[in-house]
Amino acid sequence: MRAVRVIPCLDVDAGRVVKGVNFVDIRDAGDPVELAAAYDAQGADELVFLDITASSDQRDTTVQMARAVAEQVFMPFTIGGGIRTVDDARRLLMAGADKVSVNTAAIRRPMLVSEISAEFGAQCCVVAIDARRVEDRDDAFEVYTHGGRTRTGLDALVWAGEVQRLGAGEILLTSMDADGTKDGFDIPLTAAVSAAVGIPVIASGGVGTLQHLVEGVTQGGADAVLAASIFHFGEHTVADAKRFLTANNITVRPPH
Amino acid sequence: MSVPEAPGRPLLAVLDYGIGNLHSAYKGFSHVGADTRLTADRGLIRDACGVVLPGVGAFGPCMRALRERGLDEAALDRIEAGVPFFGICIGMQMLFAGSAEAPEIDGLGVFPQLVRPLPDTVKRPQIQWNRLNVHREHPMLADLGDEAWVYFVHSYAPDAGEEVIATCDYGGPVTSAVARDNVWAAQFHPEKSGATGLRILSNFVAYADDKARAAA
Repeated sequence: MRAVRVIPCLDVDAGRVVKGVNFVDIRDAGDPVELAAAYDAQGADELVFLDITASSDQRDTTVQMARAVAEQVFMPFTIGGGIRTVDDARRLLMAGADKVSVNTAAIRRPMLVSEISAEFGAQCCVVAIDARRVEDRDDAFEVYTHGGRTRTGLDALVWAGEVQRLGAGEILLTSMDADGTKDGFDIPLTAAVSAAVGIPVIASGGVGTLQHLVEGVTQGGADAVLAASIFHFGEHTVADAKRFLTANNITVRPPH
Repeated sequence: MSVPEAPGRPLLAVLDYGIGNLHSAYKGFSHVGADTRLTADRGLIRDACGVVLPGVGAFGPCMRALRERGLDEAALDRIEAGVPFFGICIGMQMLFAGSAEAPEIDGLGVFPQLVRPLPDTVKRPQIQWNRLNVHREHPMLADLGDEAWVYFVHSYAPDAGEEVIATCDYGGPVTSAVARDNVWAAQFHPEKSGATGLRILSNFVAYADDKARAAA
């Protein structure tokens, strides 16, 4: 039985959640522990913390954040952003993160995926792929870095297959065309990558409605759906999302 | 090494064999009230009223790390002594005879079956919450409510035997929890399974505590 995971994504800068999370019942909207606990209570299956910390000397605060979250909240969470070495991964995993997500560093040096996978197991190693449609093509997608600004020349499907071969346990797939639009996932991209690999795919980018989550699963073939803004501003709770998915015949862990 | 014992909090030894993230199990058991130590100290392991063998990663490296520190013998010694023992994920798989993931190395052999890959008809690893199908009532699974959903992250699972108390469905029934006498083990991660998982950890702490009190 496949049970689709619903995953809120939080942006973190220097150990604090940023970019507006607005829950009525939260005292400090920037506190990752409080937010993680709130999402746990709503029935979130996992959390992804995306570390946007620019300066490397502030990265210690991310490790401290992982430790604080793991001490208080007993649900799985992933940290992505700025992980360049096995040692970066080790510090976060030892602090209590369940998985690390690598992106740019894996493109620069693909063996990083193998190294993390061999050291900690494939299940710890998520590879984030940011892809854009190739102009005038509906069926070709190119991998980008730096938030969709820098082209790599890599084909998204080829790269997805390659990271699986290198030992990735999971792919976090973001459409840079859809991201921020609230028009829904890029279904052709999601479907193509899901079909191309034998490891779980988390669909990301573009969610504006609960129906979009359904489409990511039924049409995109995603194993998990990730969203940020629809959850952060109280538009929908994770529990709402799960009830909607269930009503559309998609198996999820029921909300509490 | 002298160990000041917190009054009224059962001492649990989480075996520290220096691999992966063993802290999550430590944090979980601490949260439900056990005086938890992440340790490889023989004296402390002998004094503990419960022993936990956690594990994340691959069977071969975990088994080798356990052997290098002599913790395989320490674990078997406690199991034989009847001390409550809890294996988690790879820690459960290591209790079996061996694994297809690393055929060259023996497991602890507490349970006679082998650990094999999940069927290739499903995505591997299984990374998701799944519902437990309870085969046999057991204190591990007490007070979990009508449906128990727990978090799995694994590509291998043991063959079924009479010690199975719960399975989940993932391309067929997957051995998810086993128990025999004083040995409990879970393929899923109770320390990452929210309130349901914390209840399972607390069930084990209660069992360890009761058994220690009965012996005192």
